[in-house]
Amino acid sequence: MAIVVERKRLNFFERLYLPQIVSGLIITLKNLFRPKVTLSYPDQRPTLPDGYRGGPTLVKDSQGRQKCVSCQLCEFVCPSKAIRVTPGSIDPDGEYFYIEKAPKEFQINMLRCIFCGMCEEVCPEKAIVLQDEFTFAAQSREEMIFDKQRLYEAGGTLPDKIMKWKRVKDNADLERDSH
Amino acid sequence: MGVEVFMTNILLNSLALAAAGVPGGAAAAPGAVSTPACDWVELLLRVLFSLVAIIVVMSFAGLSVVAERKVCAYIQGRYGPNRTAIPWVLAVPVLGKFLQRAGLMQLVADGLKFLFKEDPLPAHVNKVWYVAAPVISLAPVLVVACVIPFGVYWSNGAAMPLSVANIDVGLLFALAVGALGVYGTIMAAWSSNSKFPYIGGMRACAQVISYELTMALAVLPVVMFVARDAESPLNLFEIGRAQSASAWFCLAQPLGALLFLIALFVETNRLPFDIAESETDLVSGFHTEYGSFKFGLFYVGEYGHMVVGSALFITLFLGAWNPLPWLAWPEEWGAVAAVLSVLTFLVKIAAMLFFFIWIRWTLPRFRYDQAMNLGWRALLPLGVANLVFYMLWLGF
Repeated sequence: MAIVVERKRLNFFERLYLPQIVSGLIITLKNLFRPKVTLSYPDQRPTLPDGYRGGPTLVKDSQGRQKCVSCQLCEFVCPSKAIRVTPGSIDPDGEYFYIEKAPKEFQINMLRCIFCGMCEEVCPEKAIVLQDEFTFAAQSREEMIFDKQRLYEAGGTLPDKIMKWKRVKDNADLERDSH
Repeated sequence: MGVEVFMTNILLNSLALAAAGVPGGAAAAPGAVSTPACDWVELLLRVLFSLVAIIVVMSFAGLSVVAERKVCAYIQGRYGPNRTAIPWVLAVPVLGKFLQRAGLMQLVADGLKFLFKEDPLPAHVNKVWYVAAPVISLAPVLVVACVIPFGVYWSNGAAMPLSVANIDVGLLFALAVGALGVYGTIMAAWSSNSKFPYIGGMRACAQVISYELTMALAVLPVVMFVARDAESPLNLFEIGRAQSASAWFCLAQPLGALLFLIALFVETNRLPFDIAESETDLVSGFHTEYGSFKFGLFYVGEYGHMVVGSALFITLFLGAWNPLPWLAWPEEWGAVAAVLSVLTFLVKIAAMLFFFIWIRWTLPRFRYDQAMNLGWRALLPLGVANLVFYMLWLGF
């Protein structure tokens, strides 16, 4: 069904066009004195929303332990093949020797990364987190491949209350209590 | 029609040039004794005056480029250029920061950019006219600037204009030479040998022919008013003087002022009448094929045209160098009044330039047929009616 839009006949002042120009000029003049909406970017930083997906980083837990266990799920899931994990073993005499694995080398190519966040989603350890940093610049392609040390520096500590790998007492004690 | 206007322009042009050569139209004091020494001084003074006029027009053109970007930005809620800085200027305590924030150093960057870019000469253009066009669009602007009286001074009780050449047909000269600027546009369009410039040039041509008439008709009543008590009513200085200590012509003839203003927007190819270079449908119209410094000349020419056009409008309708209607700078103040009169004129030019820019960022562009309709069906009859009305009024 066609809808007929009735056009009102313009009255004399509207057909004169000049009053409309004047009202338009008043509008733009008001705009002239409004506060500016521009963000002066490098000086002012934008407030990023929660869940913003910036560059991926590796994090430590509140105990200072490096959380990644080198399961390579992120490497597997990464759609742009930006992540390269070289698994290694953990220090057998250390406190967390029973975790067995940690990355020997962990590389993220920031030129390939598309900041999709799938690595963060897939990580069973919450070890890889997309954070706020969104400006990456370098003089060469090699510099844009971030290594493990750099990723941990960028990541910092995740104040996670759940200590998944923390032994409360001795494992033997736990087993005895459960029986 | 085009040939006719062309011929008229050439005629007026040669007429005005002939008149410019007539003695008595000098900027220097009247009755200068024609000894060789005096001639030298006079010549030097004239060269100096010309230089000052060119500097004033060009710097206003440059400043209005910055103003355009700034005002546009502010109207759109942005800051505009506020980062460009020359390091050693920025090092000046307060001034450097201010110049940076005001975007004034952007002007230098823009100019240098045009200067240092590769200057390509397309293979398909008519080379002579292609190169000549930007010059021809800029030159008339500077020529017209020489007849504009920028102020007034008093010598031996007689008011004298501060202009390069105070010629008796100043108004005709300004209109004729000012309209020559459009030949640059047309030349650029035709020599570019490309479709978009060609259409742009045709539009510019049609537009100027349509609105030139309105402009002349709007000016005639002013001349009639001045002719009541001045010997040479086409003299821009006499027109300015007729408005000191009396009503400005924009109050006496509001319709004429409006018509002239609209025609001025057309002459200077400014929005809402910039169909000659409407970037949405003609890429960028007549200067599509131009780049680097040749484009820069077009650009400066456009703004220079605005400056000179505003100066003409101010002289004709906005009371020239007088501060307020029915109020003139008192003669007794001498040199102070002269300086004040120049300042008044410059402030008025600045205000007019702001108005040009303000209009540009407010109104959308007219379609070609709308512009033609407005010109022929509305403004031209109004111009004739305006003229007839004032003829009758002065007659009875």
